[in-house]
Amino acid sequence: MNNVSAVYQFKPVNVARWIIWSLFALILIAAPYYFKSNFGISVLTQIGTVIISALAYNLLLGQGGMLSFGHAVYAGLGSYCAVHALNAVAAGVFYMPVSLIPFVGGLGGMFFAVLFGYVTTRKSGTTFAMITLGISELVFAMSLMFSEFFGGEAGISTNRVVEEAFWGITFGPQIQVYYLVAIYTFFSVALLYALTRTPLGRILNAVRDNPERVEFIGFSTRQVRYIAFIITGFFAGISGGLGVINFEIVTAEVVGPVRSGAVLLFTFLGGITFFFGPIIGAILLVVTYVLLSEFTKAWLLYLGMAFLFMVMYAPGGIASLIMMNLRLAAFGRLGKIWFAYIGLGFTALMGMAGAAAMIEMLYHMQLNSALGPLVKFAGVTLDTEGVNSWFGSVFVMLTGIGLFEVARRHYLRDWNETQEYIEKEVKRREAL
Amino acid sequence: MSNSPSSPWALEIKDLYKNFGKTEIIRGINLQIKQGERVAIIGPNGAGKSTLFNLISGRLENTRGEILLNGSRIDGLKPFEINRKGLARSFQITHIFPKLSVFENLRCAMLWSKGYRYSFWHFLAGLDDLNDKVEDLMERIRLDKKRDLLAMNLTYAEQRALEIGVTIAGGANVILLDEPTAGMSKSETTRFIRLIKQVTEGKTLLAVEHDMGVVFELADKIAVVVYGEVIAFDTPQAIRANTIVQEAYLGVSTDQAH
Amino acid sequence: MLNGLSYGLLLFMLSSGLTLIFSMMGVLNFAHASFYMIGAYFGYTLSFITGFWPALIVAPICTALLGALFEKLCLRQVHKWGHVPELLITFGLSYIILEIIQLVWGRTAVDFTPPDILQGPFFTIINHVQEGISLVWGDASTLCKAEISNNSVSCSPFPATRAFVMFIALLMMFSLWLVLTRTRMGLIIQAALTHPEMVEALGHNVPRVFLIVFGLGTGLAGLAGVIGGSTFVTEPAMAATVGSVIFVVVVVGGMGSLAGAFLASILIGVIQTFAVAVDYSILQFISSLGMTITETMRDNTMLKLSVSQVAPILPYLLLVLILIFRPKGLLGTREDE
Repeated sequence: MNNVSAVYQFKPVNVARWIIWSLFALILIAAPYYFKSNFGISVLTQIGTVIISALAYNLLLGQGGMLSFGHAVYAGLGSYCAVHALNAVAAGVFYMPVSLIPFVGGLGGMFFAVLFGYVTTRKSGTTFAMITLGISELVFAMSLMFSEFFGGEAGISTNRVVEEAFWGITFGPQIQVYYLVAIYTFFSVALLYALTRTPLGRILNAVRDNPERVEFIGFSTRQVRYIAFIITGFFAGISGGLGVINFEIVTAEVVGPVRSGAVLLFTFLGGITFFFGPIIGAILLVVTYVLLSEFTKAWLLYLGMAFLFMVMYAPGGIASLIMMNLRLAAFGRLGKIWFAYIGLGFTALMGMAGAAAMIEMLYHMQLNSALGPLVKFAGVTLDTEGVNSWFGSVFVMLTGIGLFEVARRHYLRDWNETQEYIEKEVKRREAL
Repeated sequence: MSNSPSSPWALEIKDLYKNFGKTEIIRGINLQIKQGERVAIIGPNGAGKSTLFNLISGRLENTRGEILLNGSRIDGLKPFEINRKGLARSFQITHIFPKLSVFENLRCAMLWSKGYRYSFWHFLAGLDDLNDKVEDLMERIRLDKKRDLLAMNLTYAEQRALEIGVTIAGGANVILLDEPTAGMSKSETTRFIRLIKQVTEGKTLLAVEHDMGVVFELADKIAVVVYGEVIAFDTPQAIRANTIVQEAYLGVSTDQAH
Repeated sequence: MLNGLSYGLLLFMLSSGLTLIFSMMGVLNFAHASFYMIGAYFGYTLSFITGFWPALIVAPICTALLGALFEKLCLRQVHKWGHVPELLITFGLSYIILEIIQLVWGRTAVDFTPPDILQGPFFTIINHVQEGISLVWGDASTLCKAEISNNSVSCSPFPATRAFVMFIALLMMFSLWLVLTRTRMGLIIQAALTHPEMVEALGHNVPRVFLIVFGLGTGLAGLAGVIGGSTFVTEPAMAATVGSVIFVVVVVGGMGSLAGAFLASILIGVIQTFAVAVDYSILQFISSLGMTITETMRDNTMLKLSVSQVAPILPYLLLVLILIFRPKGLLGTREDE
């Protein structure tokens, strides 16, 4: 009997993993059928691109503990490399299928990561962050100087439709671009996830947790950081290259500190402690920039406030909130806290609605006063000159805040109870 | 990773000096430790014991003098270079990886010695030889039941055990332990010393300790460090009878049951 | 040259606050330049109500109060999670401040004019062809106009506003020095500049000290804002333009050193003002050496660059170089991690 089991080593297939990845692939394939419009597909394309960028960024931040303010440098420089390559292909200088252009971007990003990373990774912590900031400002300022490479103020434009159609794919229609991006996204996500299960990935986590100790178990902390930096640069460059194919133009802002800041902000919002956090962050980024900015002029303010609250009350980001509640569900306690969440949500919404109404009115007065005093807000017409609108908003907001405070205390009580219950359960299961 | 010793001396320290600015902390230490010897380093607070460890392990750079590991010089090298040559150390304040599990902590510590350097082309899950050795080590330091617990959620004594585990995981032949039993109760200490003896069998051991009971239990030789110098280096019995030591090191509790 | 000095002193006013906050609390205040902007706008509005001079005092105080409020409500909450969340929260704050300022005061520049007494030149340097350099207090424009038509002089008037900037900056430096060296709080801050953990261990009421320091730092920024806003320009973009430069200053000067911040501010202020004025390019330099210039060289973009075009990147170049070769900064005593 024993001999048989020694010959056939039974390794059970991890079913959950296959399901999740298949689901992911399915979503990528099926999404355009749900968001049929050209606009929708364009948004999806952008989301795919940003997912790669954010995940690459989190390799440094969440997994390596390195705060970088210059992520856009490598994505942007990758974009520039890709766009020059694409133009060269169109001019017949050499042949390369358009679908491989993002790789050029990746190699470009990687090249600059090797170059700048050499000096950047020699330091850690705040000094590291400052170097990345300095390099970011440096490259951005240089973009106006070297107009051959950067194209000056107008940037560099290109055409992704190169003469020969490859198997009927010209990349003219947006849907084709989407599927190209989807393929790159799937493989990038898979590769980056795989990285977390390799020795390098694990040692990178160790560097994050205790950089000094790593030196005493035989690894050069600096080397680990440098390698991670290069890998991040590669995927950032791929993201940039995909952006070139999507937008067919590259301007100096792609290397700018504003874009770096956006990646940082949203990756953090999504959650840096879990692998899928940046994916959520990427989706939020595109949705906010593309959609929210259409709905309200105050979106930057909302973004800033949301970020502030996140940092103060949920530094693990949305991903950590999800995981915390999944943990509750795993112990069967989600049902009990459901009611508290509804209370929290409702009152928070009320408070926010009141505040938002006032903010919208203020913005309207400031920016659109030529259009008259009326503002549409959530189906209600507000009159910036009417006392009623103001009074109503203040009232709604204050009531909302007051009730929120009540709901919060309830919630906290329920939450603590469930946490105690879970602790006891864990101890009980351990003893078994 | 640990070279087969080519020298009878595991560790040699010659005329070691260390200044911080104008202050001399280590003032000429000479020490020769044989292969497989177990040495305890004792001395009053501020005598420079931790500094000595930091100098040997590469955390600090010496001002003058030489440190040799298995016959080759290691002073001036970076910590990871020294570690790769076969020397590992633990810390007085627990230095583990808080957000990694017990298993991951030990696995990381074993990666280099098993040859898996900065590789991103192997999957950790598939490295059977590595994983089996880690399981082994976990059992030896009695943390196998806490395999998947995050290191920051362990009790203090468990963390100290993990600290030892991380130190010896790489298979180093010369082990430096900085106050391994600091902050432990009597019973924890007794158990812990037994653990240390088991897992460091056959290796050269250097331990800074304040607990004389531990010292007499563990050590073949004792080095007494006072004010940056070694004033005595002898067997435990000789040290106990040494009047110079008694004078210089008042307050040593020799009433520990032995 | 004097312009460079005055700009440098303004930078110092800003970066001293940043250095104080960073050294004391380990927080790199991303929103520091935003407080600068708040000071400017407060000064602008207050000057309509009370006139310039009271505004000069009240606006920084208001800014300091706002800063203290932020510290108490938000920063303190995040302090226990380490430096990265602290940095991020000030990052988010900068967005919010920018939006609110744009909301209240609009997106275009506002006309924050200095009071009449400060308008016009403080002094004028007259470079007479025959008589050499002389200095005339106040306005010498009539004198200059007459002489200029003879091609016999070149006049460089130095604006009173800039002189005022220098004056206030020096005054601030002096009072800061007094506070730091003569008061108990000052001694604590000095100690914390280089050994923050020790200060905590000694049992000082750290939260209250934090509150005061953050308020002080942002108040200094606000003061710089009133001055800078009236001398230069008051617009929503002012935070961004000056923001990155003061980080360069703090890092180049050394993270824990006020003297270093001073040195670096002057250095960068002078370099920037100089560089913008110099129109020399590498090409011209090479030709002046007597070497021949080929056609291709003439077309090369890099060689054609004049110093003035390169000027914007000089501070950042300096930053990166310093971080590589001397990461402690010019006079720094503390290297982070």
